[in-house]
This record gives sequence, C-alpha cells and structure tokens, in this order.
Amino acid sequence: MKRRVLLLLPLLGFLVLGAVLYRGLSMDPSNRDSAMVARDFPEFELTTLADPERRVDASLLKGEVTLVNVWGEWCPTCKQEMPQLLELAERGVRLVGVDYKDTRAKGRAFLDEFGDPFEVNIFDPEGSLGFDLGVYGAPETFLVDAEGVIRYHHTGYIAPDDVSRVIMPEVEKWRD
Amino acid sequence: MARLNVWLLILLAALSLPTLAAVEVRQFDDPVMEQRYRDLTATLRCPKCQNQSIGDSDSPIAGDMRERVYQQLQQGRSDKEILDFMVHRFGDYVLYNPRLEGRTLLLWGLPAALVLLGVVLVLMLVRARRHVAARGLSEAERARLDALVHRQGVDRDTHQDTVHDKRNE
Repeated sequence: MKRRVLLLLPLLGFLVLGAVLYRGLSMDPSNRDSAMVARDFPEFELTTLADPERRVDASLLKGEVTLVNVWGEWCPTCKQEMPQLLELAERGVRLVGVDYKDTRAKGRAFLDEFGDPFEVNIFDPEGSLGFDLGVYGAPETFLVDAEGVIRYHHTGYIAPDDVSRVIMPEVEKWRD
Repeated sequence: MARLNVWLLILLAALSLPTLAAVEVRQFDDPVMEQRYRDLTATLRCPKCQNQSIGDSDSPIAGDMRERVYQQLQQGRSDKEILDFMVHRFGDYVLYNPRLEGRTLLLWGLPAALVLLGVVLVLMLVRARRHVAARGLSEAERARLDALVHRQGVDRDTHQDTVHDKRNE
C-alpha cells in the first residue's frame, strides 16, 4: 500500500509544475525589479539641458531624497506623466530629470509645452547615463536617498493614483 | 534575356537591403573575436523585447548593447566581464543561460532531481515485480500443486494400465 502511494509522486510533481507554469502565464515579464536598487547612483559627467556649459555629476543627487525621472521628447507616455510629476514637485519632492536620447531643442520645447517640475535636467543625448542605469525605455523613475543610493525603481508610467499610493510613501520612507 | 536577368538580380539585391540594415555590420580583424561577438549577442537577451536576443532585435536598447559588446571586445575584455557588465545594469533577465548560483540552484537542480526520482521509482517498480516472481509458494498453493501433480501421475498409471491390459488381451 505504501508503495502505491509512492507511485502517485510523479503525478503530484506534475500538478505542482503545472500550477507554477500556469501562474507564469499571467505574469508580466516587463514588470521586474531593477538591478540598480540598493546600489549607488552610477557615476556620470554630463551637461545640463538648460546650460551646455554647466557640468554635473553624481554628487548632484546627494544631500536630499531625489526622484530621478528619465524622459525624452520622443516619448508620448512622458507627456501623460507630466501632470503627476508636477504634482509631486508641488508636494515638495525634489525632482531631477534625465533628458534621454534627445536633442537640446526638442527637450527644451517639451518642457515649455508640458511644464517643468525639475530642479535640473541632466542632458544625456547618447543615452550613456541611461545605459548605466539599466534604462531600456522611457519613462523610468528612480528614487535616490540622501546618500546617493537608489532605493526604489518605477518602470514606465506613474499613473495619477500612483502619486499618493506608491511614490509619496516611498519618498517619506527614505527621508529619515 | 541576359540583360533582364541582370536587372532582376539587381532588383533582388536591392530588396534584401532593408533586412540587412536592421543589424549593423561590424568589422573584425580576428575571426575568433567575431565568433565571440556572435555568441555574446546571441546569449544576451534584449531587455525591452519579449523573447529576442540583442543580436536579433532592432530595438534601440539592443543596438546600444551590441555597441558596448563590440567596444569591450575591442578593449580586450573577457566574455565574463562583458556579461557581468550587462547583468550589473539590466539584471539576470538579460542572460539566456542563467548562472549556477544560490538563487538558481532550484532551476538547475530540479530537472536533474526529477530524472533521479524517476530512476529511483523505476528501480523500485522493477524490484517489486521481481520480488513477486521469486516469492515462494504459500501453503494453499503448494497443496494444490501437490494435488495436481499427484492426479496427473495417477492418470498416467491408469493409461499405462489400460495399454498393458489391452496387450494382455
């Protein structure tokens, strides 16, 4: 009798495997954690969008919890995301933009049209900083703590209800 | 006719150009390095795509990644260094061939464990079968066998007796 029960093991294994794979079917492969969380913000040396003479580096992000938003004029979702970023700035969050794979003229025109919630925009025409951040599209948003360590990553669009539900709690969490 | 063929050939060549343009042509002095470039771009997975290597994808990020692979090969970096560089930024997702480490032990170990389990189960089955075959007779079976053998013996005797009887007649 005991042996008979043992013979059911493969069936049991198959059922477990089936359940795991079935769950995998409904998972979104684009929804995954960034490899950069809990790491220092990567080193970079780039100019700002506003001033081609002004050079900035990673020290820009130290001293205060900062939300770094990667955007580009070519990115339609970034336009829809702008009102949420403006709201976050209004709520006292420090925002720094990364103008990713863009031209200065287009980037500036974008901010003129849709608003500018950013304290400063890092101009990244080659996408080199974006690459070091593991960015493969826009928008993407990173929360950097006062020590310059990446603490949270948001892939894609920050929806209107994400502001209070997700982003603000994360900002508060890393402020102390 | 020959002229027409030439024009057709030129037309065909022109039609095949757009497919070539998706992935840029690289110059390699060293065929070994060219092979390494092919292998690396085939084993790195495009983070933007659902299921495509960076060598197959024409998404911008795949192009950027190919460019870095090419640059780093030229700088003499090893395959492992290049893969580490990509994993550092994009995570384990970009490896089509996951590494054997603590977190992936289950992934690598499970198939082997299942095969082993199967072998053990088959062995147990075979053993159980053999055990049944080699088992001695129970009391009741022995008695029945005895009875059968005995009855056959009697029958044979009777038969012989009959023959004998016939011969006697």
